[in-house]
Amino acid sequence: MSSELFNKPISELAALLEAKTITSVELTQAVIARTQTVDERVKAFNSYDTADALAQAAASDARRAAGQSLGALDGIPIGIKDVIAVTGQPLTASSKMLANFVSPYDATVTQKLKNAGAVIWGRLNLDEFAMGSSTENSAFHTTRNPYNLDCVPGGSSGGSAAALAAGEAIATLGSDTGGSIRQPAALCNVVGLKPTYGLVSRFGLIAFASSLDQIGPFTRTVEDAAILLQAIVGHDERDSTSFKTEIPDYRAALKTKKGPWKLGIPKEYFGEGLDPEVAAAVQKAIDYYKSLGCEIRPVSLPHTEYGVGVYYIIATAECSSNLSRYDGIRYGHRSADANDIVDLYFKSRAEGFGPEVKRRIILGTYVLSSGYYDAYYLRAQKVRTLIRQDFLNAYNEVDAIITPTTPTPAFKRGAKADPLAMYLCDVYTIGVNLAGLPGISVPCGFSSGGLPIGMQLIGQPFKEADLLAIANAYDSAHDWAKRTPNL
Amino acid sequence: MKYEAVIGLEVHVQIKTKSKMFTRVAAGYGHPANTLTDPVVLALPGVLPVMNKAALDAIIKAGLLLGCDIAPVCKWDRKNYFYPDSTKNYQISQFDQPICLNGSVEIELPGAARNIQGEHKSIALTRIHLEEDVGKLNHEAFDSLVDYNRAGTPLMEIVSEPVIKSAEEAYAYLTSLRATMIYGGISDCDMEKGQLRCDANISIRPVGETKLGTKVELKNLNSISYVRDGIAHEIQRQLAVTQAGGTIVQETRDYDGEAGVSQSLRSKEMAHDYRYFPDPDLMPVKVDAAWKAGIQAECPELPFAKQTRFQNDYQLPYTLTSVLVWDRALADYFEEAAKLAGPGKAQAVGNWIVNDLQRELGAAKLDLAASKIRPAHIAELVKLIDAGTLLNNTAKEVFIDMAATGESPAAIVAKKGLAAAPTDTAELEGWCREAIAANAKSVAEFKAGKESAINGLKGPIMKASKGKANPKLVDETLRRLLAIS
Repeated sequence: MSSELFNKPISELAALLEAKTITSVELTQAVIARTQTVDERVKAFNSYDTADALAQAAASDARRAAGQSLGALDGIPIGIKDVIAVTGQPLTASSKMLANFVSPYDATVTQKLKNAGAVIWGRLNLDEFAMGSSTENSAFHTTRNPYNLDCVPGGSSGGSAAALAAGEAIATLGSDTGGSIRQPAALCNVVGLKPTYGLVSRFGLIAFASSLDQIGPFTRTVEDAAILLQAIVGHDERDSTSFKTEIPDYRAALKTKKGPWKLGIPKEYFGEGLDPEVAAAVQKAIDYYKSLGCEIRPVSLPHTEYGVGVYYIIATAECSSNLSRYDGIRYGHRSADANDIVDLYFKSRAEGFGPEVKRRIILGTYVLSSGYYDAYYLRAQKVRTLIRQDFLNAYNEVDAIITPTTPTPAFKRGAKADPLAMYLCDVYTIGVNLAGLPGISVPCGFSSGGLPIGMQLIGQPFKEADLLAIANAYDSAHDWAKRTPNL
Repeated sequence: MKYEAVIGLEVHVQIKTKSKMFTRVAAGYGHPANTLTDPVVLALPGVLPVMNKAALDAIIKAGLLLGCDIAPVCKWDRKNYFYPDSTKNYQISQFDQPICLNGSVEIELPGAARNIQGEHKSIALTRIHLEEDVGKLNHEAFDSLVDYNRAGTPLMEIVSEPVIKSAEEAYAYLTSLRATMIYGGISDCDMEKGQLRCDANISIRPVGETKLGTKVELKNLNSISYVRDGIAHEIQRQLAVTQAGGTIVQETRDYDGEAGVSQSLRSKEMAHDYRYFPDPDLMPVKVDAAWKAGIQAECPELPFAKQTRFQNDYQLPYTLTSVLVWDRALADYFEEAAKLAGPGKAQAVGNWIVNDLQRELGAAKLDLAASKIRPAHIAELVKLIDAGTLLNNTAKEVFIDMAATGESPAAIVAKKGLAAAPTDTAELEGWCREAIAANAKSVAEFKAGKESAINGLKGPIMKASKGKANPKLVDETLRRLLAIS
């Protein structure tokens, strides 16, 4: 593993900071220097503010010098997907619509990270409004996979995954609506966690599909995921969908929860379309769990095949309404040559949104239309309930479920011009969002072409502590994440 | 052919809460444009709504006051449409599961005369649901400006069944509904401030027909009188069109109350598809029995119930109850004064309040709460008159002084020396004897059976007593002396 500071995990850096071996300013400078060296090629960032980051780092060092360190995240530079609000920083959703928007407020997770002393670092690229699986739908530029610059980093949180893999941040936040954290994490050889719906506040997260969106961490290790998750969870009065639940010590649970576990293998996730190298890598991980004494059981999630269809009805319906606010009236892109109010709406939105966003708004508008609501939206919601019930039934028998995160490793930029082919990238991750469950992608190997492979562990609602412990049992015994890209 | 009108009213009432429906920023009226806003009101990227429980409490109270069934769950839907008065371009509302169903509004139709109680009728309600108000557009010569101060204010939509038969019934319906909302502390219902707004759906059909005719929606009815006038106008317009052989077109019309004319705003073809769906940002809220019971305990007695009680308990005539009960503060004021005055004096108390106090408040442009005359003052005044200490004509003077100084009637009587002459004294009898002796003509006429002739004797007595003689005693004494003379 590289000895460079910018490639180290939070757990290690926190110890170095605490021992005053390094300062946050030194660490932040290292991350900034790395970013300035590689981001020309990786293009993970939409923007960054070095002066602001260094000021935060200096403040962290001052706290630590005064004996008032705020904990493991104090002084750690954390990159933020450009859909999460940070006061005084751009909030673009990688859309022309919000190209010049600066947030006047902090998202709850941002406030929590600030409270934990983290250095809020940069605005990370994504598929416009988090709609896509390759970050090619960004209105600004396409982020590259650090392991192969011709390949995509996945999406929609491609910037968050690529920046971390490339050493341009120590950890990052993303958002996951149908796989937008786990899929790019798998493609970029990092850990990506989508928490249970309702565990992390969505206040300040630009909404794509409200009933599916969750914010979660990208980290180098499962232990780091536990550290970062701890900082961002908790009930929030500003989000009615945030859940009141007891928050355990996730990092401590990695040690206290020891297994052996019963792990379920759903046959529906290992069928047609699964790349043999991915299948083999995931099988090796399953074998490892077996070697730990875990009981591996086949389980069935019979409604899996409806997942993508249900998702694209519910997610687009919600997005068609959520994105109505971008109308050119109060903020955001406003067409310069509109004649009247209707013209202003049409032109501002036609100019401001990219093709995938428009496609989804049109689809969502259609499925909610009078006469179609029952056939599409209502039926999709019913099937969604069945999909969730599939998982809950399986959890009567097993503690967690193991699947591949993605059907294939990273693909070439431009390879999936057909929207449907792109939608199928999320075939293994979508069910988790529809069921509101926690899911984590953990690096588990590389393809013969040198591209990362991830496995997905799916846990029970609000049992992140168990899920992380199970993931850590594998992750702490393997060093895939230490194979950093050559940049 | 004879026709009848069928009218349904949609009434929007702003709920009087400190903060807005889905965020903590203050709700209010008359503030500089766009100052009652925050990221949620402005629908900035990333914000989320959180329900104001006080608004839900208020609509449940409204529902209980109107006898509605309260739904066990408060569910939220999005009503999608693009218009600059809405920041999200959808309104959070309730579509298929309104919080209140059924219920009714009791109304009183005009009586045969002002002092005669009219017929009572119950107007059935379809539903009441909760939503958020929108902003306000101000169209200027070359620009349209939008003010989001009103946006997000809690708003109830109260929908009646199409069972209202006339403009007068609509007027009575709104009067009663408005009083109910004010009584419940739910809204001030100031129409000038847009706190109560009314749209009317109006159709006509031949008497005996059971199918509804083509309806016309009348908008911008800015006062209760305009509602009545606008509906009357629209019924006449539809009758004229029908009788001329034309057909009624389904449309929305705008009524200009000042000019008394209406014009078409839009026809049915432009009807919206609002693409309602459950709002995924808001969880349904369970309303259990204990919650409802807590609100029920705070429900006040409504005007018509109070009217019946005032008639039974205080023997008040309709002329008094019909004024007192429509203003909760005035009714409470009356009850306090009546209780302090004691048995048998309620009507006198009511008369002083309805006539003198109301006149005084009107002249001084004062609210009841700001008046220096308190219920205890009215009670004391009535007791002084009843005891003969104070005469009616001097009591008026005391009342005026009371309004200005806030002193008690007894204090004013003492200060100004206004007490009636001591009763049953030789002095009074002396004045009476003098008057009888000096006015032989009046005495003769009275004895001849001309009852009013006695008044010719009272003038000199009041003069001799400098106005302080108790007229009741004067009358009694005169009759006693005349009978034996």
